[in-house]
Amino acid sequence: MATNASAGHFLGIDGMARADLEEILELTTTFAEIGRRPIPKVPALRGRTVATVFFENSTRTRMSFETAARRLSADTIALSAGGSSLSKGESLRDTIEVVTSYGADALVVRHPMAGTAHRVAAWTDAAVINAGDGCHEHPTQALLDCYTLRERRGALDGMRIAIVGDIRHSRVARSDVLAFTALGAEVVLVAPATLLPPAVVGWPVTVAHELDLVLSDLDAVYLLRIQHERITEGLIPSIREYANDFSLTPERANRLPTDALILHPGPTNLGVEISAAAAADSRSVILDQVVNGVSVRMAILFLLLGSNRNLTGGAVEGDR
Amino acid sequence: MAERERRQTPPFGGIFVPHARIMTADDMGRAIRRMAHEVIERNYGLEEIVVVGLQTGGVPVAERLAQSLEDIEGIRPPVGTLDVALHRDDIGIRPVVPEAVTDLPTDLDGRIVVLVDDVLFTGRTIRAALDAVCDFGRPRSVQLAVMVDRGHRELPIRPDYVGKNLPTRRDEVVDVHEVGVDLGVMQK
Amino acid sequence: MSLLIRGGRILDANGERALDVEIGDDGRIAAVGTGLNGDLDLDASDCVISPGFVDLHTHLREPGQEEAETIETGARSGSLGGYTALVAMPNTEPTTDCVAVVEQVRALGRRSTCEIVPSAALTVGRSGTKMAPLGELVDVGVGIFTDDGTGLQDPRLMRRVMEYSTGLTRRLGRPVVLAQHCEVSALSAGGYMHEGEWSSRLGIPGQPAEAEELMVMRDIALVRLTGAHVHFQHLSTASSVAMVRRAKAAGLPVTAEATTHHFTLTDAACATYDPVFKVHPPLRTGSDVDAVRAGLADGTIDAVATDHAPHAAHVKERPFDEAPPGMLGLETAFALTLGESGLDLPEVLAVLSWRPAAIAGIEGRHGASVVPGAPANLCVVDPDLTWTVSGAAMASRSSNTPYEGRTLRGRVRHTISAGEPVVIDGEARR
Repeated sequence: MATNASAGHFLGIDGMARADLEEILELTTTFAEIGRRPIPKVPALRGRTVATVFFENSTRTRMSFETAARRLSADTIALSAGGSSLSKGESLRDTIEVVTSYGADALVVRHPMAGTAHRVAAWTDAAVINAGDGCHEHPTQALLDCYTLRERRGALDGMRIAIVGDIRHSRVARSDVLAFTALGAEVVLVAPATLLPPAVVGWPVTVAHELDLVLSDLDAVYLLRIQHERITEGLIPSIREYANDFSLTPERANRLPTDALILHPGPTNLGVEISAAAAADSRSVILDQVVNGVSVRMAILFLLLGSNRNLTGGAVEGDR
Repeated sequence: MAERERRQTPPFGGIFVPHARIMTADDMGRAIRRMAHEVIERNYGLEEIVVVGLQTGGVPVAERLAQSLEDIEGIRPPVGTLDVALHRDDIGIRPVVPEAVTDLPTDLDGRIVVLVDDVLFTGRTIRAALDAVCDFGRPRSVQLAVMVDRGHRELPIRPDYVGKNLPTRRDEVVDVHEVGVDLGVMQK
Repeated sequence: MSLLIRGGRILDANGERALDVEIGDDGRIAAVGTGLNGDLDLDASDCVISPGFVDLHTHLREPGQEEAETIETGARSGSLGGYTALVAMPNTEPTTDCVAVVEQVRALGRRSTCEIVPSAALTVGRSGTKMAPLGELVDVGVGIFTDDGTGLQDPRLMRRVMEYSTGLTRRLGRPVVLAQHCEVSALSAGGYMHEGEWSSRLGIPGQPAEAEELMVMRDIALVRLTGAHVHFQHLSTASSVAMVRRAKAAGLPVTAEATTHHFTLTDAACATYDPVFKVHPPLRTGSDVDAVRAGLADGTIDAVATDHAPHAAHVKERPFDEAPPGMLGLETAFALTLGESGLDLPEVLAVLSWRPAAIAGIEGRHGASVVPGAPANLCVVDPDLTWTVSGAAMASRSSNTPYEGRTLRGRVRHTISAGEPVVIDGEARR
């Protein structure tokens, strides 16, 4: 089937209204049902090609998108460009034009630099899905997190959710803050001061530097992965100190309300941001997140390729 | 292509303007009872029957057919719903969004599946439904019951049970609702 | 062949007067008055005749990156912008850090439509580790030294360079100017835009204003210690402007420039993620823009410079972090300064022409008052003409203007370089 003349894109949660998010989440229910069928596959996107274009390693996200595409009967092709295009002397635009010329109808783009998916969208007729751009957004992760919370709680309205860890470098945190608050939840960011964004002015959140002070009052706690390079960058003194203050230990998990949910975008550093016991706690929905990721990505692929929808979002208008 | 989709899905949407009442509520009740008898007669009872209504117009008809089967035989067959949006052959040509849930109450292996829809037109919805049903197992047979067969078939598909055969023009629209069946046109 | 610029108003450091200007065969102004004659008439009605503009900060890319710009194309771009002299930045390949490269740049410049004034690096290869041969370079007439693109990080070496430069005043005939790109790289490393609300929202790692301000502070202290003349390049933050203001009030020999983009654009422009808005120092906040304008208004900032930094399209078609910083400036500088600096026309011409000429030490040839006998480096500007910016239409070999599609008011009509009409009615003659 021919490439869409001017496909819609899904670039970020920024700019999306509550109704837009809810529509996608409701549609996700349909795709979740397909995943439970004896043959979990529908012919909806037969003849379409979904290209995963990853400039950064992420086996999980890529597998999730590929599974979603195949359950919709789309073909998948993959480009793994480890490192920068600069090192090969090729411009990003060249790379994208080559991938598009293989007949890709959708490009699932992961890149270590913020805004790259937005740039790519300007250069291709294919639908562009942001699968994580640097420290900016990871919108499908936010949707699957919302879906997981709704599945357990019905709605996010009035929930108090703590996002804990390296907020500064986290695209998951930026997308989640936007999505959770759009759906009516209250968000508290919990991190050492060096792992917060330089300016959270205007963000619809509160900030805390001590996890122990907020634990007992949460409906959900979202642990972020902590990278070892934060120590060499001098942002935290040691993993041990970080874990002492911010890890979800069994003791801290015990102090959470009995119905609070535990989330993590994976892969977990057990013993660092979350203990093995807390990850396996009955309140942990970490594996649900993985399962729901496929359903959400099916919904997004279908909306863009199957129903010719434009999921705006991610368009940030700066006044120059 | 069933009219309900035309009504609900832009750019085919619009306002339905009825010209004539084709069946009254009583007519529909009688037709459903007759179809129920035919189902029972043809299948020697209800033992292996599963009634599956196609979302969204076929679902209430399937419910009434199941009720009628129960009234006659004293046992209620399993009733399910099926949304075929993701099996359609016009995805990408026009906007298609799944509208409702698929919920099949039982394994379909070896069963007799009676697909139920409100209107049979081009046959494309039924083709999609046959594909979908096969993803849930291997039924012994699949039969088709429709309230109205309005002709204009584009695929080699024929109904096993028909409430009413209704010759129509292509641009007309048949609307099956709770208290009757109307023939009319869409106004954009 | 003599030229006559007829019907305009002369505006120079001496003020304003409505007189015609006759330019002789020798490239000098032959007469200023009425009833003059020339072989070629240039109409200047409703226009202003100004001494030609002087850019203290142009990246001409030659030698080494001729794909982005050459001295010929950069000079043509300058002529279209009303410039008659461009100070060429030394971050070429090879670096302009020795007499041979200076002479190469000069030789290429002599065939171009502007006077090309080579600056040279402070340190060998701009590596920040070893002092460049300042004496040899002064002896061939280089008066401005800079490691532009980076600041000289090592305070000890900066102190030595400053002290050394004070001993070269007699050989140059004036104080050597050390132009500093203020950026403490330990604080700016890994940052690609201004650190603040926008960088936090956009997820682009930022560099704090303090990366610039700490080096401004350090160099002011070292000027106090050594007495060297430091010129601060592209000041972009409110605190930088305030520190230079205090240093000048204390009588220290410091000068400063601001670029057109630092008083016309803010960090919000990066929301497009288009690296055409990536520049060093980065676009700052609205209050920084206001402070830069205030610095221009009270003379804290002596000159408007362009930091004209051409880049080939394909290198800007990269992710924000990988794309090189820099934007074009020569052809838009006059209109932007006139329209957005807050200065009135005489001040606009001062910050574009005679003030930078004095810092570059070329005030005898450029920015000079329009009087008989002076070298004919002039431009004729129409302050009311509106036009739409198009990178593709520019004479620069690159097209990375951040003002694409904008309608600006004020345009250069004619440019006369050493007596030659290199731009007539907005068209380059060669």
